[in-house]
Amino acid sequence: MIPKDLLYSKSHEWAKIEGGIAVVGITHFAQEQLGDITYVDLPQAGTVFEAGQEMGSIESVKAASELYCPVSGEVVEVNPELDAAPEKVNADPYGEGWMIKIKVADEPIDLMSPEEYAEIAQAEH
Amino acid sequence: MPYIPHTPDEVREMLDVIGAASIDELFAEIPAELRPKGFHVPHGLTEMEVRRRLERLAAKNRTDMSSFLGGGFYDHYVPSAADMLLARGEFYTAYTPYQPEASQGTLQAIFEYQTAVARLFEMECSNAGVYDGGTALYEAVMMAVRHTRRKKVVVSEAVSPIYRIVLATYTKNLRLDLVTVPHDRGGDDMAALTRAMDAETAAVVVQNPNFFGTIQDFTDLFAKARDTGAVSILSGYPVLQTVLKTPGAMGADIATAEGQSLGLPLSFGGPYLGIMTCRKALVRQMPGRIAGRTRDASGRTGYVLTLQAREQHIRRQKATSNICSNQALCALRALVNLCLTGEEGLTRQAALSIENAHYAAMRLCCIPEITLLNRESPYGNEFTAVFPTNAKKIVRALLDEGIVAGFPLGRYYPGLENALLVCCTEKHGRDEIDRLARKVEKAL
Repeated sequence: MIPKDLLYSKSHEWAKIEGGIAVVGITHFAQEQLGDITYVDLPQAGTVFEAGQEMGSIESVKAASELYCPVSGEVVEVNPELDAAPEKVNADPYGEGWMIKIKVADEPIDLMSPEEYAEIAQAEH
Repeated sequence: MPYIPHTPDEVREMLDVIGAASIDELFAEIPAELRPKGFHVPHGLTEMEVRRRLERLAAKNRTDMSSFLGGGFYDHYVPSAADMLLARGEFYTAYTPYQPEASQGTLQAIFEYQTAVARLFEMECSNAGVYDGGTALYEAVMMAVRHTRRKKVVVSEAVSPIYRIVLATYTKNLRLDLVTVPHDRGGDDMAALTRAMDAETAAVVVQNPNFFGTIQDFTDLFAKARDTGAVSILSGYPVLQTVLKTPGAMGADIATAEGQSLGLPLSFGGPYLGIMTCRKALVRQMPGRIAGRTRDASGRTGYVLTLQAREQHIRRQKATSNICSNQALCALRALVNLCLTGEEGLTRQAALSIENAHYAAMRLCCIPEITLLNRESPYGNEFTAVFPTNAKKIVRALLDEGIVAGFPLGRYYPGLENALLVCCTEKHGRDEIDRLARKVEKAL
């Protein structure tokens, strides 16, 4: 469950960069570790982040953790569905469970390939 | 074996990391007279000796005086059944009811308390309560700071000075910009409060009735706060909430209160109760415990601690607050009192208290040299009288007559040395108020 066309962060976010816009979410591994997700706190459109900066938080029935922005840039869109249906992150983390879209300011530097991320996920399992 | 297992080397290492030269330097912030001189515990006493000693200490209290003290703490009547119900072992001896195995009865009591205060304030959500009115106001301000990610907090000077001191102490090292807007003859300066709000403002903080007893409608101010993206915070007085426009009706985002007036006995230092309510949109910023109602697998009603991901045991240092406790017994007492008194009883308590205060103001103002600080503004069960002389002098003279005439405002408001905050509740009789007026006239 680590798609080949995405880039990954150490903190288990994924980014799909196309035409200067990055779609961001959390990985299948991350949602599995969290369990049933009950709430996703996302930033507002217009907020500007540096890569690695805290951008929100995610809560499940057993845990809560911070979300870190995998790329630098300005938030242009926030998934409006997650407020009412946070379980979409569990059901479809790479599709309907996407979180924000960012207009990328700089080339991402610290992101990993699917193969590199697979090793990290394996190690943390 | 020493109880604290840190070796001198470990202590040294920790001090080096912090950058303090010694333990004394680490605690330098605490005034020397408040630091312990030593930990020499005296020898034990027999039960008889302990009783005698405590009785001697208790005898120092004067409980026979006629008191017109208010200032946030009010002597309302409490039905005797409240003591009886509170003393039940299931409630009285239960340890902090915060573990997953908390009893359904305790959780239901907290849930019912939340329901009652949310209705009283006409707000959508309530937590299980915090320590007192001051900490509730501080927590409300921090909710606003987190929600808006802004740093400026506009506070009316007419908000209880005790709450403002608590707020300043808690936020001292948080790099917040606390802006205090001066009161206007005991009223909140609406124009100045509005002017003080800008795009950096996290919250505007007011109190109703304010510390001078003045009643105001903050609806317009709160609408302006909404326009600038600031959170509006109102500290209220639970008993008077039955007859005043509620925080909810004024459009407040967060309403807090000192819950003492809901059946908690007056005592030096509490324990009291901090009431916290908010709009649903802010509930995830709410600190502390929240009990919720749900259904179990068989469809039966059950109660649980809810939204716990906000809290310390899950969220660690990112929790909404470091509060991980509440005043469960005090909250229960407030609930028991609310249930025993009922809507009608509470409304009559409020109306009688206000009538008595207006009678007292009328009696005092019949004395030629006494005026009200603000003659135009409406007031509830408390008002500010201005004497031709220092109010402390009057208070001292009346103490000899067995009367506590009120709270001299000069302590917190320089320039108001001649002003006295006088409070009445339904417990005052007309004769008692007449006597106050006679003795004040004599003391002038």
